[in-house]
Amino acid sequence: MEKLIEQFSFGLFFWQLLLFVALLFLLRKYAWKPILGAVEKREEGIKDALEAAEAAKKEMQNVTADSEKLLREAKVERDALLKEAREIKESIISEAKEQAQVEGDKMIKQAQATIESEKKAAVADIKAQVANLSVEIAEKVIKEELSDKGKQQKLVEDMLGDIKLN
Amino acid sequence: MRYSFFSKKLVAVIFLIAGFVSAQNHEGEEVETGAHDLKTQIKEYIDHHLLDSHDFNLYSYTTDEGEHKYIGFPLPVILWDNGLKIFSSSQLEHGEGVAEVDGNYYALYHNKIYKTDAEGTINFGNHHGDEQHTEDAFGENLVVEDAHPTNKKPLDFSITKNVVFIIAVALLMFLVFRSMAKRYQKSTMPRGLGRFLEPLVLFVRDEIAIPNIGEHKYKKYMSYLLTVFFFVWVINLLGLTPLGVNVTNNIAVTFALAMITYLITTFTGNKNYWKHIFWMPGVPVPMKIILAPIELLGTFIKPFSLMIRLYANITAGHVVLMSIIGLMFIFKNWIGSPLSFLLAFALSLLELLVAALQAYIFTMLSALYFGMAVEEDHH
Repeated sequence: MEKLIEQFSFGLFFWQLLLFVALLFLLRKYAWKPILGAVEKREEGIKDALEAAEAAKKEMQNVTADSEKLLREAKVERDALLKEAREIKESIISEAKEQAQVEGDKMIKQAQATIESEKKAAVADIKAQVANLSVEIAEKVIKEELSDKGKQQKLVEDMLGDIKLN
Repeated sequence: MRYSFFSKKLVAVIFLIAGFVSAQNHEGEEVETGAHDLKTQIKEYIDHHLLDSHDFNLYSYTTDEGEHKYIGFPLPVILWDNGLKIFSSSQLEHGEGVAEVDGNYYALYHNKIYKTDAEGTINFGNHHGDEQHTEDAFGENLVVEDAHPTNKKPLDFSITKNVVFIIAVALLMFLVFRSMAKRYQKSTMPRGLGRFLEPLVLFVRDEIAIPNIGEHKYKKYMSYLLTVFFFVWVINLLGLTPLGVNVTNNIAVTFALAMITYLITTFTGNKNYWKHIFWMPGVPVPMKIILAPIELLGTFIKPFSLMIRLYANITAGHVVLMSIIGLMFIFKNWIGSPLSFLLAFALSLLELLVAALQAYIFTMLSALYFGMAVEEDHH
């Protein structure tokens, strides 16, 4: 200890203190502040970039999830649409079938009715024609029969005879 | 006991061999230069090496005529002795001459400048003051261990070897970190030397400052922590170079550093810090009264331990390293010298670690004290 105190050099202490404090202030102004500032700025930048990347990743995940959801929804919708279409198709077909049936029935009935009426008309016509023809035949027959007097006489007599009978 | 006896014997044998070999090598020269003499010489050399010096010597040798030759350059000596006295240290002739300035005479004795007369007389009074004897400043019989010169000691503000090194390190650090800071203006990515230094800067911030001081308050201490970390580290490393200038094994240097830590701690201490010193919360009143002086003393002991730790570690490292190197000259043979060379090499590697470790510990503990000073009350 005594040796230490004896060894102590005030001059060296003075210079060390002076030079060190000068160095401290110079380095503080010209080195440490810019260096630490730059390092901090860089670290901040890296942190920001990482955060941005993280956010972008999340966004991406969200987008993927969204698109997946959309896809799923679209699929569901498509399925629903297809199902509906099929149902509609089936209902249309069955309806059409029913309608066709009804229509067909109706048509058949109409046709039958038409046929019936046509038949009736035809029968009536035939009847009329037959009547006409018979009248005409009768006329012609009568004309022929009544061409002479004698025959006319005879006919009248026949007829009169019939009437009598009646 | 047996072991030590054996080892003593072994050492004696080794010394015998060493002496024999050295005798062979130096035939015709003074053969009696025993190991013991060499040992004192080495011890003196180590002691001398650990001290600051007024010249910048790269190395010295003794010519055949017994004249000491020094390779290096002198440094300015600045004294305050009733006015500023500036002269070149070459006038002191490495402690062998007397410098004369304005009619005042100065001489070196054990690397310290004393005011003397024209002949360079140094007066000694030993520790008890009753026995007085005078000796020539460059006399050879400096055996009285606890003799202190009674000559007047002027205030010595000389630019010594250590001051030169402090200036060199400060300049180096300023240039390196300034250029590093400039690079950041162009891009925020480190370039060149910054790639090596930035992790260290971040280490000081993330491993030393933030855990000890806290996320919110560390910023104002960063400049000091970074400066002290790099300063101590660089100067310790340079102390390991062959130039061998050990700045941190000077108590004055570590005292200055520890004092700055103490001043920063004291002046940035908040209310809570002082409350914990003078009126410790949570203990009974008598204890508070007992604790106050202890805590107050503690504030001085903390930086004091910083000062001693750095000083002692670096000094011890150098002493051991130089002793092992010195052993090479004692064992002048093919067994001992390579062995001590290997040891010295291993120890140098260890010293590289110690250089960084001491810088880390100094910074770490400073940060810890700052952390205590700004800690918020959480009772």
